[in-house]
Amino acid sequence: MKKQVSRLLVLLLWIGIWWIAAGIVHLPLLLPGPLETGEAWIRLAQTGDFWRSAGTTLLRVATGYGCAVLAGVLLAVLCHAVGAANAFLSPLRSVIRATPVSSFIILVLLWLSRQAVPAFISFLMVLPIVWMGLQEALDSLDAGLLEMTKMYRFSRWKRLRYFYYPSVRPALLAACVTGLGFAWKSGIAAEVIALPQFSIGGKLYDAKIYLESADLFAWTLTVIALSMALEAALKRALRKGGEKKK
Amino acid sequence: MIRLSHVTAGYPGKRVLSDLNLELPDRGAVALMAPSGFGKTTLLRLLAGLLGPESGSIAGLAGKRTAFMFQEDRLLPWLTAEKNVEIVCDDPEKARYWLEQMEILDGGQYPDALSGGMQRRVALARCMAFGGDMLLLDEPFKGLDADLRKRIAERIKEKAPLMILAVHDAEEAALMGAQIIRLDEQMTGP
Repeated sequence: MKKQVSRLLVLLLWIGIWWIAAGIVHLPLLLPGPLETGEAWIRLAQTGDFWRSAGTTLLRVATGYGCAVLAGVLLAVLCHAVGAANAFLSPLRSVIRATPVSSFIILVLLWLSRQAVPAFISFLMVLPIVWMGLQEALDSLDAGLLEMTKMYRFSRWKRLRYFYYPSVRPALLAACVTGLGFAWKSGIAAEVIALPQFSIGGKLYDAKIYLESADLFAWTLTVIALSMALEAALKRALRKGGEKKK
Repeated sequence: MIRLSHVTAGYPGKRVLSDLNLELPDRGAVALMAPSGFGKTTLLRLLAGLLGPESGSIAGLAGKRTAFMFQEDRLLPWLTAEKNVEIVCDDPEKARYWLEQMEILDGGQYPDALSGGMQRRVALARCMAFGGDMLLLDEPFKGLDADLRKRIAERIKEKAPLMILAVHDAEEAALMGAQIIRLDEQMTGP
């Protein structure tokens, strides 16, 4: 409770700083204040288009993110278990990590329909984070404990449940949470460039074109709120069946 | 009878056992003694099948169900003491029994909340709960005081057809009524 009150106070403090800054600038086109932004958000939220755009973006990001987590886990396990696969695939991982997201967006626009680009970009940005995070955890497993599970004849399921999963869980959780932030940022950046139908990125682009700064802020706040809500839900889900539970 | 003939073994870049010839009985208790670094643990690992000999042969191990109490406790830190034992036997009552025998009265504690001696006893309880034809115990009484050693030795004695212990002093071997084998006297090589 004390923590929540403290968080609320910090939030109010930052809103106050924003309000003062907007008052000093005194030009809503450059820096709309919290009131203008709130009004813009309420106006937007009363339209069906707002919810449809937010929902579609959420679906795209979640699709790319979910596929990336799944593929990242599979690739990490494969590369940990098979040295040849690791030697073959690790340069691909390095290339994906090092390539600027805008290069990928433009390239993928040539390959896929504009509707599919944001999900694919989210997928590409999250994949190496999960893959690398989990593979590093697998590569540094406690060899003594693993030997113990073999000596005491743990079944595969028991070994997975009581040794592998708890060993890699902190790294997997960290990679999933970090990846979620990247999924949002890259997915919306892809929407701004690809301009698919019904998208937050498209609305951000429109706000920029028509110099509607308050709308730009309102959409950005929507993205932040959605991202934080998803991150909290993910953390809660991953914390379930926590490290130390009978 | 377990027979080791001209066994040489070790780890990459380090030979530990050299031309070892040894006969171990199928029943009873045997205590391996030798100064540190003479390969007591390496021999237990060979008997457990966790290490293969570089040369020579080992006969008489086929079909034996073996439990190994490692030199380190190797407890799963995310499981309670009771669950660490239960997991190898799938029998909560058996797990509780062996923890009681080891004088661990609160099995609900996690390893990091236990003292070194208590962790050792949980590892021993796990080994006993798993059971088998051959128990390999690497310094089972490490970190236990003299009275506790005596009580625990009394409880685990003769609880498996064959127990092979790596110990540092003859007193521990005597507590288990074990036949002492001086490992350093069995090797003809360097």
